[in-house]
Amino acid sequence: MTATAEAAPTQVIPLQDRPPRRRLTPYWLLLPGLAWLVVFFVVPMVYQASTSLQTGSLEQGFQLTWHFSTYWDALSEYKWHFVRSFGFSAIATLLCLAIGYPLAYTIAFKASKRWRNVILILVIAPFFTSFLIRTLAWKTILSDSGPVVETLNALHLLSLTDAIGLTTGQRLLATPLAVICGLTYNFLPFMILPLYTSLERIDPRLHEAAGDLYARPFTTFRKVTFPISLPGVVAGTLLTFIPASGDYINAQLLGSPSEQMIGNAIQKQFLNVLDYPTAAALSFILMALILGMVTVYMRKAGTEELV
Amino acid sequence: MSRIVKWVRAHLVVLAGVLALAYLVLPNLVVLAFSFNKPNGKFNYEWNEFSTDAWTDPCGVADMCGSLSLSLQIAVLATIGATVLGTMVAFALARYRFRGRGGATGLIFLPMAMPEVVMAASLGTLFLNMRIPFGFTTILIAHVMFCLSFVVTAVKARVMSMDPRLEQAAQDLYATPVQTFLKVTLPLAAPGIAAGALLSFALSFDDFIITQFNSGPTTVTFPMFVWGASQRGIPVQVNVIGTAMFLAAVVLTVVGQWVGNRRKAQA
Repeated sequence: MTATAEAAPTQVIPLQDRPPRRRLTPYWLLLPGLAWLVVFFVVPMVYQASTSLQTGSLEQGFQLTWHFSTYWDALSEYKWHFVRSFGFSAIATLLCLAIGYPLAYTIAFKASKRWRNVILILVIAPFFTSFLIRTLAWKTILSDSGPVVETLNALHLLSLTDAIGLTTGQRLLATPLAVICGLTYNFLPFMILPLYTSLERIDPRLHEAAGDLYARPFTTFRKVTFPISLPGVVAGTLLTFIPASGDYINAQLLGSPSEQMIGNAIQKQFLNVLDYPTAAALSFILMALILGMVTVYMRKAGTEELV
Repeated sequence: MSRIVKWVRAHLVVLAGVLALAYLVLPNLVVLAFSFNKPNGKFNYEWNEFSTDAWTDPCGVADMCGSLSLSLQIAVLATIGATVLGTMVAFALARYRFRGRGGATGLIFLPMAMPEVVMAASLGTLFLNMRIPFGFTTILIAHVMFCLSFVVTAVKARVMSMDPRLEQAAQDLYATPVQTFLKVTLPLAAPGIAAGALLSFALSFDDFIITQFNSGPTTVTFPMFVWGASQRGIPVQVNVIGTAMFLAAVVLTVVGQWVGNRRKAQA
């Protein structure tokens, strides 16, 4: 994402050409901000790793005993939470891409300048409205006697989703489908904005050129538009998938106990059970899995397809 | 018939885009509509009767407006902190080549690539172990921490696209470094700084996950209030605040764009 910004003119003075006092300037500028991140981000991460290997209780205190079995216990108890987290988030990310791409495309190529701004404001404005209030609104929209459930029932679609396990008992609330719908809704702007940024840069003359060379509209999209927009697709999928996989709000408000995700488990262990070693181990596993997946994904998307 | 099919096929992308937009806006409309509801019971999920009671008495619920003002205070302070620290970091990264620059860039990126719940639990564990009492200060520390990276990203992009020759010209005209910074560099970087600050404010004001792990039982921000209410019973006033925030955001963005366009027209 920053690669394009780097190409812009910058004033770079090689270190050795500067007077010695000015050589320290960047370090002074960095110091307060980076110190904040080290103390309140890096140190807690390290501390958490150590907490996950401790045993004890809140009354007697915790001691570092290199108790690795916390990890095995946590994994075996919460393996389905991990599976659901990554499964729901993956489906939500794909849905965001499927829903967000046409909208980003419309804003970038189809809308007039005036409409473009109006739509962009409507995409961004939810950012400034409470996340929780909007998620609660889905409870109304998906409620058992609401128009959505009635329409889907009339079309016999709920029997279909019941059959594949996405819903149960002819209702939407407290089902996996409701949680996925909430996740998709909540993280959709994070998909649309990077997609729009990468689509907006495309020179419309490329489309004309493809048309002149007898490419059909779909071929133009497949061979020209989509490959150029890949950086936006990669950024958007990461910005959607990462926060979605750690989320517990949608599962709590729209799901039932059997839709709980790993975020719910961490929250429960930390705030209710007060079992800090288990909470630390779970969030450490979550972090490691996500960093691993992101690395593999960026390598795949970055070197093989982007170049 | 075939003309309709043709029209639909020609506008398929736009139609899909409009549907996507409807999906995005629908919950806001529901929040707006239900702010005029008079619910039958403690929860405001089903339509009962039209009423403007909530709009005429927005602070009629115990503790809600207090939590709102607490959220505003935290958001303002967190925005100031993150913007000052983040702008300094952004200038260092955009303007200088130095040893450790790659590491610093990576450290800035990492919080944005981390699920909130991981940062929330680890910072909360640290505060617990250090026996630092949870409250206003711990929330503020956490908010500055996660807003910082977003400010750096916004300001850095802006500073990198600025033409360095403008500052050189100022120095050629005998401006001191301080004058150059205040009269040339800062006004040029201002849109980036404003964008970073706005993003910080929105992120901090609406944050729930990190706040829940780092707030303790007595410090209740507005999102924490809504969360609590969602288990006990939701007052209609919550919808009034939600709608007011949405409208304020739309008005602010429209005014911001209008000012931006006028500035561009004058330049």
